[in-house]
Amino acid sequence: MTAPAVRLSGITKRFGPVVANDAVDLEIPAGTIHGIIGENGAGKSTLVSVLYGFHRADEGRIEIDGRPAEIRDSADAIALGIGMVHQHFMLVPNFTVLENVMLGAEGGWRLAGGARGARAALARLGAEHGLEIDPEAEVGGLAVGLQQRVEILKALFRGARILILDEPTGVLTPEETTRFFGLLATLKARGVTVLLITHKLGEVMAATDGVSVMRGGRMVAHRVTAETGPEELARLMMGRDIAAPARPAASAPGTAPALEARGLGWRDRRGVACLEAVDLALRPGEILGLAGVAGNGQSELLDLLAGLMPPQAGEIRIGARRITAADPADPAEMRRLGLAHVPEDRHRRGLVLAMEAAENAVLGYHHGPQAGPPGRLSPAAMRAHCARLMARHGVRPEAPSLRAAAFSGGNQQRLVMGREIEADPAVLLIGQPTRGVDIGGIAALHEQILGLRAKGCAILLVSVELDEILALSDRVAVMAAGRIVAEFPCAEATRERIGLAMAGIPETPGAAAAMAGPGAAGPAGGGGGGPGPADPRH
Amino acid sequence: MTRLPAWADYGLIPVLNLGLAFAVAALVIAALGEDPAAALEVLVAGAFVYEGALGYTLFYTASFIFTGLAVAVAFQARLFNIGAEGQAMLGGLGAAGLCLAFDAVLPALLMIPLAIAGAAAAGAAWGAVPGWLQARRGSHIVITTIMFNFLASGLVVGLLSGPLMRPGQSNAETRALAESARIAQWHEIAPLLGLEAGRSPLNLSILLAVAACIGVWWLIWRTRWGYALRCLGLAAPAAEYAGIPVARITVQAMAVSGALAGLMAVNTVLGAQGKLLINFTAGFGFTGIAVALMGRGHPFGVALAALLFGALYQGGAEFDFEFATITREMVLLVQGLIVLFTGALSQMLVPLVARALGRA
Repeated sequence: MTAPAVRLSGITKRFGPVVANDAVDLEIPAGTIHGIIGENGAGKSTLVSVLYGFHRADEGRIEIDGRPAEIRDSADAIALGIGMVHQHFMLVPNFTVLENVMLGAEGGWRLAGGARGARAALARLGAEHGLEIDPEAEVGGLAVGLQQRVEILKALFRGARILILDEPTGVLTPEETTRFFGLLATLKARGVTVLLITHKLGEVMAATDGVSVMRGGRMVAHRVTAETGPEELARLMMGRDIAAPARPAASAPGTAPALEARGLGWRDRRGVACLEAVDLALRPGEILGLAGVAGNGQSELLDLLAGLMPPQAGEIRIGARRITAADPADPAEMRRLGLAHVPEDRHRRGLVLAMEAAENAVLGYHHGPQAGPPGRLSPAAMRAHCARLMARHGVRPEAPSLRAAAFSGGNQQRLVMGREIEADPAVLLIGQPTRGVDIGGIAALHEQILGLRAKGCAILLVSVELDEILALSDRVAVMAAGRIVAEFPCAEATRERIGLAMAGIPETPGAAAAMAGPGAAGPAGGGGGGPGPADPRH
Repeated sequence: MTRLPAWADYGLIPVLNLGLAFAVAALVIAALGEDPAAALEVLVAGAFVYEGALGYTLFYTASFIFTGLAVAVAFQARLFNIGAEGQAMLGGLGAAGLCLAFDAVLPALLMIPLAIAGAAAAGAAWGAVPGWLQARRGSHIVITTIMFNFLASGLVVGLLSGPLMRPGQSNAETRALAESARIAQWHEIAPLLGLEAGRSPLNLSILLAVAACIGVWWLIWRTRWGYALRCLGLAAPAAEYAGIPVARITVQAMAVSGALAGLMAVNTVLGAQGKLLINFTAGFGFTGIAVALMGRGHPFGVALAALLFGALYQGGAEFDFEFATITREMVLLVQGLIVLFTGALSQMLVPLVARALGRA
């Protein structure tokens, strides 16, 4: 019995008052594939950052191959044979494969000498691990799956025997994902230890030997993959110990939707489908909660509904207006149609941080009377409007002439929320309302949202915080891989059901077509138009 | 980042940076074997004291205000307009072209406003095209405005040595404009007010320059268009979110910028030279970048910076007469140092001052 490739004991990492990792233990036997799963913010990324030397743990010990190791930076990690492939590739697009692999390990000041050695090493590694690739190909022109291969080769070229893969399949097509799992098996056969960070249960079940579950910064369970199942893992991930928070009494929503989306589709520049055939209806006086792991199309959906990007397929109806690819609407028009939007990223989109709070209080409504009389911008009018808004929505300090950047996260968010609520919208889109907001602030923000619902506003609440979704929503929809994969009325929405849907596990065989994870590949795949071989993605 | 009270940020820091620039210039002058104090005396006398000196200083100030404002307006939208020089050339063509066509028939009361409008319109068009190229085609504004400077230069040379050239002459310049197309100069007006003024090209365009400062301030901080412009410059994603038409504002900002640069021609062509000369812009479009930098993109800062640069430009001319080893090119060195200290190194003293004020 050899020593484990990685042994972490009692790793604690704090960021200010936040404990990202709380006495975490982890042991990975050499030559195995080990999964770490957990919700957003469970502490997975922090843990591997500690292992790779991006952060230093406040407490705890690291042992590599049975020997105590001190990892101060990534150079230490590389010297210990640890390699990491990030979710977002760190490649130079207009360099060749060879140049990318050599980058940072050029071997002397004369490029030619290093290049010769690297070319030979690349050929050898490629043959050994089934990672053949043309060393002269320009990386920017390669498919995403091949770019990932370059990243892995980069790590192996530096002598990695322990490979950390952070959400490796997030950017891959289903076909590429299948090929990727084959690759993992080859790596394992060559004695490489793989640490797979993911939130997709299907992948853990399909690819790993062992799995560790993290929740709220703690390691909650270690399992041998063959002895567990997705249901147990989902339960461990979500935690069932927290009682569901009290929901507000269901209101009686209007019947006609205030906003309706049908068959919305959107692909990014690389052709990856971010949204596929999304249908949803927002009814007056109702909150629709949209749950899902970050990056499953929620941001794109919000941008589409807010008019920030035109839909490529499908339509949005708001009032009598039909918004399509041929006849898009910009955010200004959406506002005139009665739609307000609290964006996910308030620092980049929701506020102009260098401007006064008063100027921010009219952002998007600067053509209205709150910005001054027609034809003139009046600082006095803006400040008066802002002072009213601050008093009504509890923004502290009540200083309209203070720059937006000077307010705390919670007060910035109340300013944005107040601004959108003051517009008295018929439809409100809210993205991650409590991100970066302290506990006390959260309750106040939730009250604001519920108050607006009582006034008959149709609300779409997008959040990665399941508690928030459960606390506020009348209906809960779950998004995974760009689709709405499940929808529950509030009475039937439980953490478990939502968690399973989020992780891409179908409740009924009929839903299998909507799943993207390989572990969920249904036998029939029947008719649902799921991503298949016909996908024009290459 | 350290934040200072406004008076220190907008008053103390620029003055200190300016002092550093002059201190380094003084070291250079001393190294050349001349007395820095004497040089400063010559500079000040040349800019303010000699007969007509102040007039020249203010004449240059007016030109620098126009080009400085041009750069500053674009900069409010995060657009780096390097093309004020070319836009000013086009302004000259627009003004002179209209004057050549109509100065025989129109009275001054119509001719001058028309020529001013022509200068603004031609400059605006020359600025709007790079703006459009950036907004719609993604061509970087720095590159296109530089290229447009060369195009403008070629256009001016071509026209002045061809269709617009004064008949029967071999100089690349237009005929003299009629009296109806001349803007009154201060030394002509002063006696009417019972004042005495030395001869200088200072003319009523300076009032237009002052009006432009106030107008630009009003446009940027007191109109919704200016609000949109500032949003775009400070946070483009937020501007997009607010439904601000980014492409349209970009083109419009460049048009306003070009129009301001074009107005420089009113000062030089209509106010001083009375004809369109080759190279009448004299690099003032580029100096406008330094003026805007030093004025920190604010119209009133631009006015002060323009006065400083005007005084340097005029006072520096005296170096040629007074010193053997330093010439008026010394002014370029001082300008360069000012740009270095008030632009590139503008934040260098901030931590120091913050500590001195007990605000670190």
